[in-house]
Amino acid sequence: MAKQIDDEYYQLMGQIQAVDFVLVELTLYLDTHPGDQQALQQFNQYSAYSRQIKQVFEQKYGPLFQFGVSNDPGPRWDWGRGPWPWQV
Amino acid sequence: MWVYEKKLQYPVKVSTCNPTLAKYLMEQYGGADGELAAALRYLNQRYTIPDKVIGLLTDIGTEEFAHLEMIATMVYKLTKDATPEQLREAGLGDHYVNHDSALYYHNAAGVPWTASYIQAKGDPIADLYEDIAAEEKARATYQWLIDISDDPDLNDSLRFLREREIVHSMRFREAVEILKEDREQKKIF
Repeated sequence: MAKQIDDEYYQLMGQIQAVDFVLVELTLYLDTHPGDQQALQQFNQYSAYSRQIKQVFEQKYGPLFQFGVSNDPGPRWDWGRGPWPWQV
Repeated sequence: MWVYEKKLQYPVKVSTCNPTLAKYLMEQYGGADGELAAALRYLNQRYTIPDKVIGLLTDIGTEEFAHLEMIATMVYKLTKDATPEQLREAGLGDHYVNHDSALYYHNAAGVPWTASYIQAKGDPIADLYEDIAAEEKARATYQWLIDISDDPDLNDSLRFLREREIVHSMRFREAVEILKEDREQKKIF
């Protein structure tokens, strides 16, 4: 059974996608510009922000990551429950 | 190892059931310049590439799997409500009799993916030039897909993917320069 998906799901997911896109971009940029301190600072800032909104998301909609990367699975094992990304 | 994250890199919306468009999108799923080929090419080359660009190949290779998932999502959403008759009309009758509506790694013409699409030469410049070419070919494919697509929602996601090819190409070009500089320095000292 998939969990109930509401407007907030899409809103939070959209925020996560936006913030994580910044992190993907900065990751690739830093791979070829490892000495850019300003980019590194930006990376750290967005990384903290990403963790913060994912915590909010996961409390409501379950873990985003497998294998214990999302540290708190909650009172029941929710990983196998949808919706999966292609189902929303 | 790899860790899955239960999210798409960028949202995928489709306007209507459209198996014809799904058929075209398969070019980026199991085609020569598609996302599967890209991911497997970079992640395989990284074992013998100089240390300075291993991180880049790992990260771009990983992002390609996120793009593969976006393409799969597009195909899934465009075909999930299609009847066998609609699939046949879209030219997917051959696909249907073998796979039902399951996805499979083949290109738009139904040719299955093959490892001969990718190369690992062991020569870092040769490998990175291949990677730059692969990104440019994938960018061109996305452009042709956008041109042929009549789904405005889908085109938004396709434009995102087209831009990613441009960024990857740019980063690979920088990697070439990093290796060239390194080579020059070694000659001097």
